[in-house]
Amino acid sequence: MDPFGTYIKAVSARAADKEILKKAQDGGIVSAAYIYGLESGLLDGVIIADKEDGFAAAPKVATTREEILSAAGTKYTVCSNLSVVKSAVREYGCEKVGFVGTPCQVRSIRKAIKYPVGYRHVPDKIALIMGIFCMENFPYNGMKAIVEEHCGIKMDDVVKTDIGKGKFWVYSKWGDVKTVPLKDTHPYEQMSCHVCMDYTAELADISTGSVGSPDGWSTIFVRTAKGEEYLNKMVEAGAIETKDIDAVKPGLDLVQKLALSKKEKNAKEVEHRKEIGLPVPY
Amino acid sequence: MVKVAHVQLSSCCGCLVSLADTYEKLLDVLGAIDLVYSQTLADVREVPDDVDIILLEGSVCLSDHHAMEVALDSRKKAKILVALGACAATGNVTRFSKGNQPSKPVHDAFAPLTEVVKCDLAIPGCPPSPESIVAVVLAALNGDMEYLEPYAELAKYGSEACGCDLITKVINKSLCMGCGSCAAACPTRAVSMDAGRPLVDKEICIKCGSCSVQCPRIRFPELIEKIE
Ligand SMILES: Cc1cc2nc3c(=O)[nH]c(=O)nc-3n(C[C@H](O)[C@H](O)[C@H](O)COP(=O)(O)OP(=O)(O)OC[C@H]3O[C@@H](n4cnc5c(N)ncnc54)[C@H](O)[C@@H]3O)c2cc1C
Ligand code: SF4
Ligand code: SF4
Ligand code: SF4
Repeated sequence: MDPFGTYIKAVSARAADKEILKKAQDGGIVSAAYIYGLESGLLDGVIIADKEDGFAAAPKVATTREEILSAAGTKYTVCSNLSVVKSAVREYGCEKVGFVGTPCQVRSIRKAIKYPVGYRHVPDKIALIMGIFCMENFPYNGMKAIVEEHCGIKMDDVVKTDIGKGKFWVYSKWGDVKTVPLKDTHPYEQMSCHVCMDYTAELADISTGSVGSPDGWSTIFVRTAKGEEYLNKMVEAGAIETKDIDAVKPGLDLVQKLALSKKEKNAKEVEHRKEIGLPVPY
Repeated sequence: MVKVAHVQLSSCCGCLVSLADTYEKLLDVLGAIDLVYSQTLADVREVPDDVDIILLEGSVCLSDHHAMEVALDSRKKAKILVALGACAATGNVTRFSKGNQPSKPVHDAFAPLTEVVKCDLAIPGCPPSPESIVAVVLAALNGDMEYLEPYAELAKYGSEACGCDLITKVINKSLCMGCGSCAAACPTRAVSMDAGRPLVDKEICIKCGSCSVQCPRIRFPELIEKIE
């Protein structure tokens, strides 16, 4: 099984801007790419997963650095980022839209571009597709059960959530840090994630995630010529610093292990669904 | 030269506007074809006998024998018959026509073309985007059957499209992962996202089929995996 999909190169990287690093989840690659895009004119609007009350997520079209920074960080709940793509073009009048999404959302936008039945004037306005690695996601009430019932932290008090080292981490605004072993979070996963065969956003221009790189750094796969050109410009402009992926720990081996474990587990679920006569995406 | 005709039945001209709204791409398409019939774009009275591609827009009024004849005639004359747009593909808003409307109070039955004659391809959407029309016409000209396969399937099985598909084919089957593509695709804003799932306002849905056609969790053609 192919763990990563096609890619041109893989690097470890982090944003150069300290403010981005402070607010971002990992190496701040998404925020740095977005801010660099808006400031250099490569993008004129970007899709973000904004934070709402109770650490809920809501998709939004952003056009400023402040909006991007306030939406930095991972929300482990479904955020329907595609739902605002058309308003970015129609209402905001954007001509060069930056998109970020989980691997499934990246697949959705690729489908919208290739088969754009209901996407008038959208395909040529998507200037950059960024994908974030994803093992699974949670419905909002699933995330809430993990945070409130297992960690004893109120959703309104959450400032950050993270998954790493086998645990789900919750940080409260009062400074508490609580964890739950991932095995206890499995029952709250979104069921439709179990037919998902993509860990590293294989159809993005640039994919990024925390796994494979040291804390505060991100792993990046550059997949398309467009993505490569964009990343090279970011490096030249000093927006991010990069390291050879082979020079960092734990490196691509861990990404490969996780990608394959997801694919193998979910391939079984897909087969199981077929056996019992349930539909699968075809 | 590939001969193409645009034929119209019960519809609003929106698909024609979409066809014309392809800007410079229309030149590519029209430059490659011979538009042998189109009420609006060409000064010809009769659809010629052997047309390579007929793009037929609109639903068929079953209570109007003239419309039935045009549908049958188009099938006979076309090598490839394309149900263009939601009215021809899925019935769309004409599904709700039940007679008594001016100016023909007796016209009470409207069916999508796909239910009246065998169509080779169906492009849903109200209207379908200019980009999708160009892509389908170019693929048909090039004989790219792999790309066209989803449209061929819709021509066969897609005529009952409705926002309810999201519930019955995706959410009820535990396949919806909440991307929101359906909501963006809906031309009437009948679909909103609620807690990461589509919520369909049935009073607003016109049965254009865009939402379910756009959903990657029903259909995800393999060729999308090939990026650059
Ligand atoms: C559900 C989920 C599961 C993940 N699982 C893994 C994993 O297993 N391994 C791994 O290495 N990485 C995983 N990630 C990715 C990781 O958490 C970071 O999002 C990624 O490393 C980007 O960090 P950054 O510092 O570059 O981005 P930042 O600069 O912090 O920006 C993150 C961007 O992601 C967007 N975003 C946040 N939450 C969501 C969401 N729910 N849906 C869509 N967009 C969102 C925000 O708008 C923001 O623009 C997951 C992310 C999500 C959302
Ligand atoms: S596991 Fe797959 S389906 Fe679930 S949120 Fe992640 S990318 Fe989407
Ligand atoms: S497009 Fe499909 S998977 Fe995406 S939100 Fe709509 S129904 Fe769910
Ligand atoms: S919900 Fe919207 S997109 Fe879906 S069929 Fe109805 S009108 Fe069309």
